Amino acid sequence: MKRILRSLALVEFAVAASAHAQSTATETATHSQQRPVVVASKPFGESYLLCEMFAQLLESRGMSVERRPGLGATEIAFGALRTGAIDAYPEYTGTGLVAVLHDSLPDSVLADSRAVFAHVARRFADEYGVRWLPPLGFQNTYAIAVTRATASKYHLRTLSDLARESPHLTAGFTADFIGRNDGLVGLSKVYGLHPRAVRPLAPAVKYQALASGAVDVIDGYSTDGLLARYDLVTLIDDRHFFPPYEAAALVNGKLESQIPNAVAALTLLSGRLDEKTMRQLNRRVEVDGEDVRVVAADELNTLGLIGGRQSTARVEQSRSGFARYMWDRRGDLAVLTLRHLLLVGLALLAAVIVAVPLGLFLERTRPLAEPSIGALGVLQTIPSIALLAFMIPLLGVGVIPALVALWLYALYPIARGTYTGVRDADPDAVAAAEALGTTPVQRLMWVRLPLAAPVIMAGIRTAAVITVGAATLAAFIGAGGLGEPIVAGLALADTRMILSGALPAAALALVVDGVLGLVERLIAPAHRREGIWRRQAPLMRTPNV
Amino acid sequence: MPTPLAARNVSHRFGSVVALDDVSIDVPAGRAVALVGESGSGKTTLLRCFNRLVEPLRGEVRVGDQDVRAQPAVTLRRGIGYVQQHGGLLPHWRVLRNVALVPVLREMTDAVDAARRALELVGLPVADFGHRFPHELSGGQRQRVALARSIAARPGVILLDEPFGALDAISRAELQESFDAMRRDLSVTTLLVTHDLAEAGRLADEVVVMRAGRIEQQGTMRTLITAPATDYVARLIERARAGLEALRL
Repeated sequence: MKRILRSLALVEFAVAASAHAQSTATETATHSQQRPVVVASKPFGESYLLCEMFAQLLESRGMSVERRPGLGATEIAFGALRTGAIDAYPEYTGTGLVAVLHDSLPDSVLADSRAVFAHVARRFADEYGVRWLPPLGFQNTYAIAVTRATASKYHLRTLSDLARESPHLTAGFTADFIGRNDGLVGLSKVYGLHPRAVRPLAPAVKYQALASGAVDVIDGYSTDGLLARYDLVTLIDDRHFFPPYEAAALVNGKLESQIPNAVAALTLLSGRLDEKTMRQLNRRVEVDGEDVRVVAADELNTLGLIGGRQSTARVEQSRSGFARYMWDRRGDLAVLTLRHLLLVGLALLAAVIVAVPLGLFLERTRPLAEPSIGALGVLQTIPSIALLAFMIPLLGVGVIPALVALWLYALYPIARGTYTGVRDADPDAVAAAEALGTTPVQRLMWVRLPLAAPVIMAGIRTAAVITVGAATLAAFIGAGGLGEPIVAGLALADTRMILSGALPAAALALVVDGVLGLVERLIAPAHRREGIWRRQAPLMRTPNV
Repeated sequence: MPTPLAARNVSHRFGSVVALDDVSIDVPAGRAVALVGESGSGKTTLLRCFNRLVEPLRGEVRVGDQDVRAQPAVTLRRGIGYVQQHGGLLPHWRVLRNVALVPVLREMTDAVDAARRALELVGLPVADFGHRFPHELSGGQRQRVALARSIAARPGVILLDEPFGALDAISRAELQESFDAMRRDLSVTTLLVTHDLAEAGRLADEVVVMRAGRIEQQGTMRTLITAPATDYVARLIERARAGLEALRL
């Protein structure tokens, strides 16, 4: 067990090192003594952009930075910050008030964004040891939006108007919004909003869904670049339901004592970004498809916070075809694929090490078998993203919790395959071997395992393919891999970026399945082998168990 | 060296079902005894007591001059040949390796030669059959291999549980014949379970008729026919005879 833990730690190190190597390309100087500052974001465009600005600002001040963009949603990102797995990420006061603190304030206080900030900052410091740096200077509130055509057809100007007409309308809201008290839950209570249907949508597709008429109303962000592009009408919050959402850097309380320079550097952005600027920056990223790194660097330059262009790897935005796009990113994709394979391989290996003996043990204690394997099966029904979220309070973010979650998923098919395979292995042969004086271990090694091998292997193949797929979600908790471009692409509404992760992941699943298929043929019982494999079956071999 | 077998006042039950009820039998060294009876009569349970596949609740079971419990079950079994109804060959091992199983377990230096000789003895030359997998053989050939496997290490005793039960009539007759010859050559003590009285008469020196966990009668086939001890034995003989009569018409 110790050895496993040690090797896991080694992997964490190796993976971190590779991520580090990626980021050093944009670094100018590195304090070799100091640990890197871990900067993260939530999975939407503005958060990515702010995270990148934080990172470049820190790098320009000579600090090394580790980027963990696109962490799940509020619970995952904040959970990671609280446990110290990350040092900083951009957050909004209203989200902190409602989604984290589950707090409410009288309307008189809500009307004053400064008072809300003071209240939230105090409670976060007291309860979580987490610090809000002074606000960045803009608010990004929820913007309930409809198309201009819908607005005129139903005479919609305010949220009260929307509530009146809501039985005729279909809403497309992000999952986050549907579940939050400062989202649909509260809107229903305060305005009596009850749409005919509510469709959960990924942030990346909601604007397209609205434009195409698939839904009539969506939740946008007031600084979204896409609000303007689609010429949408933002409805007025006439009852002042939404609290202020002032953007600010949220930092772990320990950062100040450990790396005081980092806090000082991040504070340089306070009060420097207004709403108009932010909307323009978001537009460049979300509508024009510019690279986040370029947009971040440009703005930091404009603000005079970094000098020259030396810290930016300016990426040419080639608009020439998907193949070209993939080719330009071959280095990154190779690293991501390797990392993905490493995640899958390790999770699978650990699962085999545990589930095969477990299956064998259960075969000897039959009454325990079905309940135990059934319990593993229940794990299978937990959505991957939920399982990954459960891991955060226990194991933080990064590779280790992802490995544990993937490992849990892989256990069931392998344990089931082993149990069934060994249980059903030619009972006559097993009985004869026993009657002729083989020991239980000999029966296992000579008879049961060889005969069960194809079924066990089928379980391992199933587990492998499941794991390749589930590992893409590991990006939500910062474990990297091919999920990284998928999550980022979803956040930035960039289809090519999504595909640049999804296609290699699909190919990887096919390759892994194929390779394990070959292994399956190699380890098939001798009498069931064909052609070239068959000749390798020994005529006579003295067993040595 | 043939080994005598003995069971003394052996009782066993599976849950609440009585399988053996105070049973005693003797198989003198080198002789062949057949256990005959219907399903559930306890004949297989009694057979399995001798290689400890069943550990009876009461009574004493002896192989040679020793109680079966005097040595580990695994060691005991390596000294006793065993054939079951569906051969139980290891499907992924070639014929020669299957037959060499017990010699290998006993770490005999000439394990392969022992297997070769056993195959010749059951009429399957190694050159033609040694490299085959069990599924490449006929049903009769598979039982021959199982037989070869049971005698390859030259045990003093062999136990056979319906060894020819799954074969067609012709293979069955052929196999009975060669088994009988082989047993006499090797002079091995034989305990055979069968539900076929004719087979018992052909292969065994003595027959033990069992019913509901008890012994109805033990004796030669001639004794059973001329002086059946119980109505049950008499009816059993009568039925077997009726079967033969039908063939004669």
